[in-house]
Amino acid sequence: MEDFSSLMGGFAVAISGYNILLMVVGILLGVIIGVLPGLGGANGVAILLPLTFGMDPTSAIIMLTSIYWGALFGGAITSILFNIPGEPWSVATTFDGHPMAQKGKADEALVGAFTSSFVGAIFAVVLITFLAPVIAKFALRFGPAEFFAVQFLTFASFLGMGRGSAMKTLASMCLGFALASVGLDGVTGTLRLTFGYDELLNGFKFLVAVIGLFGIGEILSSMEEGLAFRGAAAKLKMDAVIRTWRQLPRMAVTFLRSCIVGSWMGITPGGATPASFMGYGLAKRFSRNGRNFGKGELEGVVAPETAAHAAGTAAMLPMLTLGIPGSPTAAVLLGGLLIWGLQPGPLLFVEQKEFVWGLIASMYMGNVVGLVIVLTCVPLFAAILRVPFSIIAPAIVVVCAIGAYTVNNSMFDVWMMLVFGVMGYLFTKLGYPLPPLVLALVLGDQAESSFRQAMLTSQGDVTVFWHNWLSGGIMTLGVILALWPLVSMLLGKKEGDDKVTTTA
Amino acid sequence: MSDITEPTPEERDEPALVSMRTADIVVACLFLVASAIVISDSIRLGFHWKPNEGPAPGYFPFYIAVAMAIASAINLARAVISKSEADETLTTRTGVFRMSAIFVPAVIYVLATSYIGIYVASAIYIAAFMYFFGKFAIWKALAVALTISFVSFMMFEVWFLVPLPKGPVEAAFGF
Repeated sequence: MEDFSSLMGGFAVAISGYNILLMVVGILLGVIIGVLPGLGGANGVAILLPLTFGMDPTSAIIMLTSIYWGALFGGAITSILFNIPGEPWSVATTFDGHPMAQKGKADEALVGAFTSSFVGAIFAVVLITFLAPVIAKFALRFGPAEFFAVQFLTFASFLGMGRGSAMKTLASMCLGFALASVGLDGVTGTLRLTFGYDELLNGFKFLVAVIGLFGIGEILSSMEEGLAFRGAAAKLKMDAVIRTWRQLPRMAVTFLRSCIVGSWMGITPGGATPASFMGYGLAKRFSRNGRNFGKGELEGVVAPETAAHAAGTAAMLPMLTLGIPGSPTAAVLLGGLLIWGLQPGPLLFVEQKEFVWGLIASMYMGNVVGLVIVLTCVPLFAAILRVPFSIIAPAIVVVCAIGAYTVNNSMFDVWMMLVFGVMGYLFTKLGYPLPPLVLALVLGDQAESSFRQAMLTSQGDVTVFWHNWLSGGIMTLGVILALWPLVSMLLGKKEGDDKVTTTA
Repeated sequence: MSDITEPTPEERDEPALVSMRTADIVVACLFLVASAIVISDSIRLGFHWKPNEGPAPGYFPFYIAVAMAIASAINLARAVISKSEADETLTTRTGVFRMSAIFVPAVIYVLATSYIGIYVASAIYIAAFMYFFGKFAIWKALAVALTISFVSFMMFEVWFLVPLPKGPVEAAFGF
């Protein structure tokens, strides 16, 4: 009950006029970011982070999370109308969303996508409301060994649950850790891997990496393929809303399935993109209409959108309670919290109650506001895409450059952004996943210092990680996940896996 | 020639300039180089156990780099023996041309920012791209570019008070 009154207190914070205004602004910016190719949730939030430095932390995080919700909503618009996914997690939405638009049912597809996004997000927020205080209380007892175990599990699940080549995931992740170790060693104060360059003293900024890898990298691939938006015009009448909502109750099972899959993928760092594919794949297999998937079935829009939003939102749970972000965007938000002097993790729930509950309340509010905005403003957002790409492309490069510069007021970071951009392009093309790299860059220092502290207390005995059932259990699960690709290869299951990836 | 950012039908059958296999091999080799750099510095720092201090500073990076080297060696071997990847296209001549159209000017833009400030450089960059690659009329390109620069100037320097690199032009206006 104590938590309930805290949540009500949070609503009181979130419902102030100023914060609602920030929510609206954030969601509008977010939808624009989601619609534009080259600007995504992670780098969009990273670029806009400096604008919030002057605000108080609660208002700032409300604005930044609203940008994130907006980006999640926005990705669906281009997928359905133009068959161009604005975000990686809306790729699965194109499978049925665009055929629906071609059949003249674009309005129904959009309403379906927005509504299911909303349902997925609210499911995850409810989950956060009830689970976060429990997990945080539990995590207060964590020592270095337990923290390292959780971090190990985070990275092991990239290997065990990732799609594509496990060795490429491992290489990408290790590169992140290596980049994270550049600069001053937090434990001993030694300089590492700087080779005498002063610019490297502070190490690589992960915000710069995010802007480069996702922003510039995406612009390069969009330029390479060329972009032309020719698609259905979007007109949304209110009767389409009613018409679509009448069809939705039939899909209750699909909603629930996608919510659960999405939340699970969000809490473990699977992220929104695989969640949307899994949601779609499962719905296709189990739904009575499964055979019609791909031809313009509303359920085929509902399933991936619900899962993507549930995952995107649930990614906030480990970020707030353990300080371990579940997705690159959550990692950027974590970076923001650190800049405002808030250390995410279990103590946040004790020391910054007002902030945490204000944030959770704003998640409910933000999604309600978001749903209203996207339902009313679709034609406006679709119009953005009539701006030729030859204006958008250089403008995005400029925005990225400004964003990278403001991270640390240094031109060196802008150069690094360009380097990371080329890296992002190549890695995406060659199937090296980017989220493990980003999360390793964010968590590298923490993971290393908790590892070293744990080892120090045990005087170099690795069994310290199995000293009680808690960290032992997590570590064992982590080891199993890390070795899973090897096991499945030996069992000859590789073919089965490949089949899943092609159908998904 | 029209706007180069729009795809043309004839480019579908264009032969590959770089195959997936070549790129995979090059990237795997770069990974190995990175591992070697990290390992060499970790050896300098030491990766042994220090009494009362725990693992030496090079301990964590050393094992990370070893894991990276092993993973990259496997990736390299896979790419070398792979037959199917040799036929897959990483990029074509048109693709590289389009990417350089945005990237090479971007490098010049970043270089110029240090001398003439970010606002003027941005305006020139956007206008030039629109004019040369988007085939816009020069006045349209200038109007769009100056508007974007002006709005970002107001946003950062005036409203949100985040200082960005400025050059002689801003100085002439007293900033």
